[in-house]
Amino acid sequence: MRTLTRHRLFWPIAALVALVVINTLSRPSFLSVTVNDGELYGSLIDILRNSAPLMLVGIGMTLVIATRGIDLSVGAIIAISGAVALSYIANSGSPESLVTVATGIGLGIGVSLVLGLWNGFLVSVIGIQPIIATLVLMLAGRGIAMLITQGQITTITSGPYDFIASGYVFGLPVPFYISVVAVVAAALLVRRTAFGVLLEAVGINPAASRLAGIKSRGIIWIVYGFSGLLAGAAGIIYSSNISAADANNAGLNVEVDAILAVVIGGTSLAGGKFMLSGTVIGVLIIQTLTATVTFLGVPPAVTPLFKAIVVIVVCLLQSPKVRQLLTKRRKPTPRAERTETVKVSAAA
Amino acid sequence: MTAAPTLERPLAQRAPRRTPRWQLRLSAWLPVLTTSAILLAMFITGQAVFGNFFTSRLISSLFLDNAYLIVLAVGMTYVILTGGIDLSVGAVVAFSGIFGAQLLQTGWPAFIVIPAIVVSGSLIGALIGVLVQVFEIQPFIASLAAMFLARGLAYVVSLQSIAITDPAVTWLERTRFQLGGGWFVTPTVIIAVLTVAVSVWVLQYTRFGRSVYAIGGNEQSARLMGLQVARTRIAVYVISGTCAGIAGLIFAAYTGSGYSLTGLGMELDAIAAVVIGGTILTGGSGYVIGSLFGVMVYGLIEISITYIGVDSWWTKIVVGGLLLVFVVLQRLLVARRKR
Amino acid sequence: MSAPEVVVEVRDVSIEFPGVKALQHVGLSLRSGEVHSLMGENGAGKSTLIKALTGVYPVDSGTIIAHGVERDFSGTADAQAAGISTVYQEVNLCTNLTVGENVMLGHEVRGFWGINWSATHDAASIHLARLNLDVDPRSPLSAHSLAVQQLIAISRAMVINSSVLILDEPTSSLDRSEVEKLFDVMRSLRSDGVAILFVSHFLDQVYEISDRLTVLRNGELVGEYLPSELDRVSLVSKMLGREFSELESLGERVAHTERPEGVDPVLNVSGLARKGSVEPADLDLYPGEVVGLAGLLGSGRTELARALYGADRADAGRSFVNGREVRLTNPRDSVDQRIAFSSEDRRAEGIVGDLTIRENIALGVQAKRGWARPMTRQSQDELAQKYIAALNIRPANPEALIRNLSGGNQQKVLLARWLATAPQVLILDEPTRGIDVGAKAEIQKLVTQLATDGMAVLFISSELDEVVRLSQRICVLRDHRIVAEIENKEGITVDDVVALIAQGGDE
Repeated sequence: MRTLTRHRLFWPIAALVALVVINTLSRPSFLSVTVNDGELYGSLIDILRNSAPLMLVGIGMTLVIATRGIDLSVGAIIAISGAVALSYIANSGSPESLVTVATGIGLGIGVSLVLGLWNGFLVSVIGIQPIIATLVLMLAGRGIAMLITQGQITTITSGPYDFIASGYVFGLPVPFYISVVAVVAAALLVRRTAFGVLLEAVGINPAASRLAGIKSRGIIWIVYGFSGLLAGAAGIIYSSNISAADANNAGLNVEVDAILAVVIGGTSLAGGKFMLSGTVIGVLIIQTLTATVTFLGVPPAVTPLFKAIVVIVVCLLQSPKVRQLLTKRRKPTPRAERTETVKVSAAA
Repeated sequence: MTAAPTLERPLAQRAPRRTPRWQLRLSAWLPVLTTSAILLAMFITGQAVFGNFFTSRLISSLFLDNAYLIVLAVGMTYVILTGGIDLSVGAVVAFSGIFGAQLLQTGWPAFIVIPAIVVSGSLIGALIGVLVQVFEIQPFIASLAAMFLARGLAYVVSLQSIAITDPAVTWLERTRFQLGGGWFVTPTVIIAVLTVAVSVWVLQYTRFGRSVYAIGGNEQSARLMGLQVARTRIAVYVISGTCAGIAGLIFAAYTGSGYSLTGLGMELDAIAAVVIGGTILTGGSGYVIGSLFGVMVYGLIEISITYIGVDSWWTKIVVGGLLLVFVVLQRLLVARRKR
Repeated sequence: MSAPEVVVEVRDVSIEFPGVKALQHVGLSLRSGEVHSLMGENGAGKSTLIKALTGVYPVDSGTIIAHGVERDFSGTADAQAAGISTVYQEVNLCTNLTVGENVMLGHEVRGFWGINWSATHDAASIHLARLNLDVDPRSPLSAHSLAVQQLIAISRAMVINSSVLILDEPTSSLDRSEVEKLFDVMRSLRSDGVAILFVSHFLDQVYEISDRLTVLRNGELVGEYLPSELDRVSLVSKMLGREFSELESLGERVAHTERPEGVDPVLNVSGLARKGSVEPADLDLYPGEVVGLAGLLGSGRTELARALYGADRADAGRSFVNGREVRLTNPRDSVDQRIAFSSEDRRAEGIVGDLTIRENIALGVQAKRGWARPMTRQSQDELAQKYIAALNIRPANPEALIRNLSGGNQQKVLLARWLATAPQVLILDEPTRGIDVGAKAEIQKLVTQLATDGMAVLFISSELDEVVRLSQRICVLRDHRIVAEIENKEGITVDDVVALIAQGGDE
């Protein structure tokens, strides 16, 4: 039991299960999934579908945070990506054409990748702190999105484009597949290549990594590019969902939710060791939480209060101080000596 | 000096490079001087291009329109100087505004409501401080939680905008003390300027203020030097929260209402102003007066955009661009100093 | 000296950390007007004792009595209030503030309007002048060298009219004349009746300044002695807990071998320079040879090695590997030329703490291959097993986190990381610092073995006897310059090297 509670994913999973239980108790239909025309419907399916944009952004954010970075610009990139894609499709004159839609998506994601690489350039080449480097784009990005849409909310009617957010394949919603593809791709990238371990090395000890000959510049650059790319894809899903590019509101606060998902999932903001699986659970927690609020009949306005409580509780549970209190260790290890003292305890 | 015994050559002479004294002393002020130069350049350019720009009326309203942001930036400066960050301030502005408006509407007198909303800001700040200091949660996350909390509380109070008709609050905004020559100030501006003045004094002339800088410079050293690290760190978040409460009051007076959706992204404006004002985000270096200049640069950009007559979203782009220029400059400066 | 008054007394103090008994029933008396040296190897409990005295750690049992009152310090401020102030080895000041502020922080002169800065800076000047420091109190601390910063830290400690001053290895970054100056200050403080606790690894310094010695070993008190009663050899054997003869047999001196004619250097640099830290230097490294760099701390040993490797970028100089000119401007360039560098700062620049032994060992090879060409898990395991066995790494569990290892074992893992990349040149900066005697001997043996196998080794150590024992050639550095290069033949002794290090200074 003790080893179980010690597992890094224990508390996040417990929180998720608790949320599901609360929902089921208050309305048993929460768990029910119905089949309609070979397509699955139900609250759980909704959660899976609606979590897709956050899932994409969260995965990118996990890798960025592992390098001791942070990417505040993802919300702005979502807005820009949608704006680029929709502006192209709306102006093309053939919004139903698959080629047009594909080109629009390609443009949107391509621009996002460039913006992500720009962040990476500021961080890894110029050496600006990540929080401020990405703040630049966070501030300017929505202005740029407005510029692209000329301050309008660009709307389109395009079957193929709508399919991205509301389509079904083999009974499951398309966004779900996109999430799965992103998670699998990221997992393959970090664990099937040496990217993950080099990334962690850079995040844990940049100076040692440099002396060991790791080219951290390239790694950091890739990570921000990847984050931009995923945010761009999230922007496509988001705009497809509402069939419109809303420069002001698309992806609003998504960076906050993504950072929360990462932290709830057990990856430390201080960088280093990261857990993609934790982030996946973190994203589901946040999405379920949102669903819970609506489900319980609480006015949606109170959602932030719930989030505040969840964040505080999860962070407190992960805080070393509280863990010590919980495990009732006799004396806290003095801060400065922490690394010194553990060595013998493990050697023994 | 020469009376001292033993050593043949003074030690300091062996320092790798001999920089003139005045240059050494000035180096900390360089970023602030840059900001003021930019401010001046903006005024001159504005005057040259539009004419009728560098006027008492424009500057007076610059202060009036940005009084709340000045107060926010001042509070944020304390936090950033310790190396922290406070993302909750925008939400606290919204909460204190709507909370105050609601209290006034239900008939509470202004002399109770005004302190109450300021204190509510302090309490939220104290919460962040405790989370950061006692539970060792990163400031980013702790203040994020407080942001949700404040925003949620604001929503709970009311989702509708509530107009403020209380004479005491409207007085803060509507009263114009004419200073002659077209200059005027409102009580809100006086509050903002007082906040700046008090903070200059606190940060430069009190031990508390110096502890703030010491923590931002090297927390471990500060602790070993016997400074009150825990107390100081909690205090900076309380100050930031209090400033957000005051800013909420000013903003409510400025807009004549409380609304739970105001202040979205306002914390970013405050952070941007502080950074443009020359304070370094890692802490330990910067000045309140710089943050004031930062806010003025911000306000001038907004005004210039309307003068030029392009769409308002250009403001964001220009501010982002300026922020970029500034951090790159700071980066170069630090790199040069390290040589 | 008629039994001076005891100002601070530590009685029967024990401190335990999870799994470690850091101090066991240790006692210490600091007397007014005495310099008391605290001696012991790394891990003997010196810093734990100091931290207990300064209120950083709470004590588990036993008492600390200051000025006749039993104290329970809950922080540095408490200890300072009791008149105990400390100067640490790493300068604990704030580089973002001015010199004067650092000296006076928390003790600024205050007037009606808050801090009176001109009075504060004047007061700082007076304190600085007491140490004969001609430093503008309004200049930023970061503008001064580490040595000056160290002395400023001592000025700061004196502001609090302390009756007890603890100096934790204050001399490690000072040169000879600076040490002299520090000693002058210590003597004058001593005559003012201050009790000084002094920690240093330099025996000369200890014997020069101390009135009393306390030796700790493995967290236990060995004893308290007068310097006149205890000669150096006995002191060292008390610190190490073994007989001196044993120490001498720790490592045989490597026999000097003539380099065969016609062998080309594997690495050759000329005119290598970096502003402010390395004066133009020429260096040849031949396969099969250990070259020792000798010199005091701050003489530029580390700086030279770093510039050579590209850890710090050199301003000038040309490098040739196997006769071909190469650019070594960053570590990666050097890794590609099969040059390896192990930093003196193991924790900050060596280990990747949250990764396992296996991952740390494989890191060097993996960095070279790039992320796109991962090593298989099996080859990583084989690599780890191989080096754990070869270097006797403990615990022998490849999945243990490296941060949980002892210093010596961490050092072995780092060596393994580099050896796995099959380097032709190996630069070792203080590879034996702060590790236990057993691991030290193993690493020394390894260095000799590697050279015998044909590797070129550049060996840096502040322990001269180690350098003399292992090296074929010794380059002596002083003031960031190579001042001598000697063939380490029979008959060359530590004293000869010391003479070269100490020589001159007036050119």
